[in-house]
Amino acid sequence: MTTILATAQELVERGLAASSADDCMVIVRESTSANLRWANNTLTTNGVMSDRGVTVVSFVRKAGGTAAGSVTGSATTPDQVGDLVAAADAAARDAEPAEDANELVRDRTSPGWEDPAVPTDVTVYDTVAPALGEAFRRAGAAGRVLYGFVDHEITTTYLGSSTGLRLRHVQPTGHFACTAKNAALTNSAWVGTATRDFTDVDPLAYDDELARRLAWGERRVELPAGRYDTILPPTALADLMVDAYWYAGARDAWEGQSFYSKRPTGTKIGERIAAPGVNLFSDPTHDPLQCSPFLVASASSSELSVFDNGLPLERTDWIRDGELRSLVQTRHTSGMTGEPVTPYIDNVVLEVDGATGPIDDLVAGTERGLLLTCLWYIRMVDPQALLLTGLTRDGVYLVENGEITGAVNNFRWNESPVDLLRRFSHASATVPSFSREWGDDYFSRTATPAIRVPDFNMSSVSQAT
Amino acid sequence: MTGAIDPSFLSLPYRVLGDAALARAADLGVQHADFRLERIRSQRVLVRDGALQGAAEGDEVGFAVRVVHGGAWGFATGVVLTEEEARRVAETAVSVAEVAASMTTRPVELAPEPVYDDVTWVSSYDVNPFDVPTADKTAVLADWTVRLCRGSAVDHATAHLLAVQENKYYADLAGTRTTQQRVRLQPGFEAMGGTSEVFDSMASIAPPVGRGWEYVTGGWDWDAEIDEVPDLLAEKLKAPSVDAGRYDLVIHPSNLWLTIHESIGHATELDRALGYEANYAGTSFATPDKLGTLEYGTPIMHVTGDRTVEHGLATTGYDDEGVATQQWDIVRGGVLVGYQLDRPMAALMPDLNDGRSNGCAFADSPGHIPIQRMANVSLQPDPDGPSTEELISRVERGIYVVGDKSWSIDMQRFNFQFTGQRFFEIEDGRLTGQLRDVAYQATTTEFWGSLEAVGGPETWVLGGAFNCGKAQPGQVAAVSHGCPTSLFRDVRILNTTEEGGQ
Repeated sequence: MTTILATAQELVERGLAASSADDCMVIVRESTSANLRWANNTLTTNGVMSDRGVTVVSFVRKAGGTAAGSVTGSATTPDQVGDLVAAADAAARDAEPAEDANELVRDRTSPGWEDPAVPTDVTVYDTVAPALGEAFRRAGAAGRVLYGFVDHEITTTYLGSSTGLRLRHVQPTGHFACTAKNAALTNSAWVGTATRDFTDVDPLAYDDELARRLAWGERRVELPAGRYDTILPPTALADLMVDAYWYAGARDAWEGQSFYSKRPTGTKIGERIAAPGVNLFSDPTHDPLQCSPFLVASASSSELSVFDNGLPLERTDWIRDGELRSLVQTRHTSGMTGEPVTPYIDNVVLEVDGATGPIDDLVAGTERGLLLTCLWYIRMVDPQALLLTGLTRDGVYLVENGEITGAVNNFRWNESPVDLLRRFSHASATVPSFSREWGDDYFSRTATPAIRVPDFNMSSVSQAT
Repeated sequence: MTGAIDPSFLSLPYRVLGDAALARAADLGVQHADFRLERIRSQRVLVRDGALQGAAEGDEVGFAVRVVHGGAWGFATGVVLTEEEARRVAETAVSVAEVAASMTTRPVELAPEPVYDDVTWVSSYDVNPFDVPTADKTAVLADWTVRLCRGSAVDHATAHLLAVQENKYYADLAGTRTTQQRVRLQPGFEAMGGTSEVFDSMASIAPPVGRGWEYVTGGWDWDAEIDEVPDLLAEKLKAPSVDAGRYDLVIHPSNLWLTIHESIGHATELDRALGYEANYAGTSFATPDKLGTLEYGTPIMHVTGDRTVEHGLATTGYDDEGVATQQWDIVRGGVLVGYQLDRPMAALMPDLNDGRSNGCAFADSPGHIPIQRMANVSLQPDPDGPSTEELISRVERGIYVVGDKSWSIDMQRFNFQFTGQRFFEIEDGRLTGQLRDVAYQATTTEFWGSLEAVGGPETWVLGGAFNCGKAQPGQVAAVSHGCPTSLFRDVRILNTTEEGGQ
C-alpha cells in the first residue's frame, strides 16, 4: 500500500482542483486533544486523540437556481480527498436547487494561511497532572472523594474555495472541572473553569475551594419547593444564556415557533425583552473568548447556510439595553425577515450596565436566600415561553444575613432565562465562566455575571445528594 | 434478509494495522491491548415546507489502541491508515498509560471473556439506506411536508432523515477478532401551526430503529400518521389548559420509553452507581448495596437489559471489548436484581453475571475510548395483559400520554419531569379530547411504585433514541427501549404555563 500524506493546504488545493462542480469549498479541520478523567481519587480513563476531518461542499448551477452537496469524511491523502470531492459533486448534481442559494463569498486570505496546524498533546498537563496526583492523596487523607476531568483540544480550520477564499483559524478549547463528595457521599460540591492553555489552572487551589464548600455543607437544612431569593453564579447564567442564544434562530422566530416570535407574525426585534442595562452579545475578538472570525458551515439548516461560508464575523448585539436587537441569521433568513445578516458566533457575553464587584457582594447583601453552585439537565419545556426545566446540582447553600450558614437540598426548577433577565434585582461584574451543562462538548466560551433573582421558581425537591 | 459486510470496509487494511499495533504493544510489555478500527457512514437530510433545507453525508474512518499497562489505562487514536502509524499510536497509548500510572491508585482489571477468533456479525435490515439515492429520500420527506401543510391548522412542516452505517473491527491480544456492521435509521416529521394567541407543534411518534430503508417504505404507517397529525394539531391548538393536580396516567410506549431510559436505564449502569460519572452524567440512587432488596416498583415490574433484540439500536453481536452480547434481568418482581456492565465494571463486582461482563462496552467513534453504555433496557408486557383501551377504561379521571417531547432528571435519577406530544383527558374510562400545557413530575421509585398494570404483548413497542449522551469527552449512543402501554395511579401533573408565570 502506498500512502502519500499531504498538508492541509495541499488537501484544500487538490480538492478544489479535482472538483468538476461550478464552485467548490474544502474545509479541513485538524484536531488534536488530550484528556484525563478521574473518579474516587484515582484516574479512570484518558486519551490522546488526533483527527483530520475534511468537508467538501460542491455547488452546481441548474434550472431554478444552485444546488449544494456536502460530504464530510476522514481524509489524510490526496486520493481520499478526491473521493470526497467526487461524492460532493455527485450530491450537488443530484440535489434540487437550494432555497438558501446566494453568491459565494470571494477573495479573502487569512494571515498565516500557509502555517501548519497547531497541535496539543498530553504534555499540556505537565504541571497539572502531578498536582492532580497530590490532590487525590490530600483529598483521600482528608475524607474527600474527587471526580473530574481535564480536556484540551486545538483545532486548526482551513477553509478554501474556488472563489478565492483561503481562511485559517486556530481554536484552543480546554476546561478543568472537579466534583468533590464527603466520604459518606451525602454532601457534594463542584468547581469548573474554561481555559485556553492550562497555564491558569491550579488543581490544588480548586481542591481547597472544594474543601471550603464541603464545609459549608456540614450543616444540612431541608427546604420545601417554592419561590426563593436566589443567587445564580456565573456558571449558571452561562448555562441559561447559551440556551437563550441557541433558541434565537431568526427563521424559527419569523415562522412563529419561538419565544422571539411576535404574534400573529414577525419577530420581537426592537421590543424590550429584558431589564434596562442588560446586554447580550457575541464578539469573535472578545478576550479571552476569541473564536473564529469567519463563518464555517458544513451543512445548511435553519441557522446556518453553506453559501455563507467565509463571511466575516464581528461583534453582534443580540440584546442591547434590554431590547432585542438581532436574531441568528443567514443571508437567506435575512432576506426573509428584512433584518441585517447576523450569523452565529461561537461565544456569548452577558453584561449588565453599571454592575460591579464579585458574587461575594451579592451574598453579603442577601438577608435570606439561596446560593446555587450550578444547574443541570436543562431542557426546553415550552418554546413559546422559552420555559426551561432543570435541576440544581452539587451544592445549594443557605444565605442568612449575608453569610453562608448551611447547605439545602436540591430542587427541580422551571424558569425562562429571558424572564430572569427582566426580574433580577442585583448583578455582579461579568467574568469568564464555564457552563456545566453545555461547556464540555458544545459551548465553552461564555462570560457572565452572577445575578440575584427575588422569586426563582423551585418547582419541587430533588433528593439527589 | 440481512446483507454481508460492506466490501468497501472489508478492503480497509484493518487486519495488518491491528496486527502491527498489538505486536508493538506486546513488545512494550502491556498487560492488555485492544485495537479497534471503525468506519461510520452517516447521512442527514432536512426538508422544510417541501424544500430541501440541507443534506450532508459523513464518512469517518479511524482507529484506536487501548492498553492496560502498569495497572493503568492508556488510550490513543489515529487516522492515518499505515502500519507505521498503528505502531506509533500503540506507543502513544503506552506512554499515556505511563503518565496515568502515577495517578492511578486502584489498578485496572478486566473481567475474563472467552476468545472469539475471527467472527462476523451484521444487523438485521433489508435495504441499506446508503444504496438509496439522496434524491429519493428527499422526495419522500418533501412529500410528507407538503401533505402535512394541506391541513388547515398547519403553517409549516419539517421532515428529517438520519441514517447510519457503522462498521467495526476489534482485535485484542487474547486472540478475539470481530468484524461487524450495523445499520440504523431515524425518519421523522413535525407539523407546526398557530392562532393569534397560541402556537404549537406535533411530531411523528415513529421510533428510530435498527432497520434499513424498508422502514420508510413499509415498516411504519406513515400515511395514517400524516393524515391524522394535522387534525390532532388543530384540536391541540383549541384544547383547554390542564388543571394542575394529581391524575392517573395511561402512558403509551411512544412516551414511556424515555421515562424508562432516564429512570431505569441510566440508574442501573454500574459505572454510574459506583461514581465514575459523578462529575458529569451523575450517579445513581440504585447503589450496589441495595441489590436484591431495592423495591424499584410494584411486583408486576419486569425490566430486562439486552443487546440482542432484533432491530434494537444497542443491539450488536460483540461489544467494543470483544464480549458476546446477552439478555439479563435488571428488575424482577419489582426488585433491583441486575446492572449493566463492561469488563472493568464486571471485575469490580464478580458476583454479578458469574464474573463476566454482560457486553455493554461501546465507543461512539474511533476517536473515543469504550465505556459502559446502555443496553436496550425494556419493560416486559404481561403475557395475558390488557389492551390500551382496557387500561383507559379503568381510569375515572386521568390522562392518556402519547409521544415524547421534553425530558429532564436529576443527577441521582430521583426527580424527573416529562412532557409529550399528545395528552388526552380520560373521564370515566373514555377519552374526551386533548389537553395543553401538561408535564408529569415524579420521583423514580414513587412513580414505578404507582404502576398498577402493564398492557399485553400487542401493546408493546420498541422505542428509542439516537442521541443518548454520557462520558467525558462526550459520547453519543443509540439505544432502544421496549415497553407496553402502562397504567400509573395518582401522578403529579404540572401546568407548564403556570410554572412559567410569576
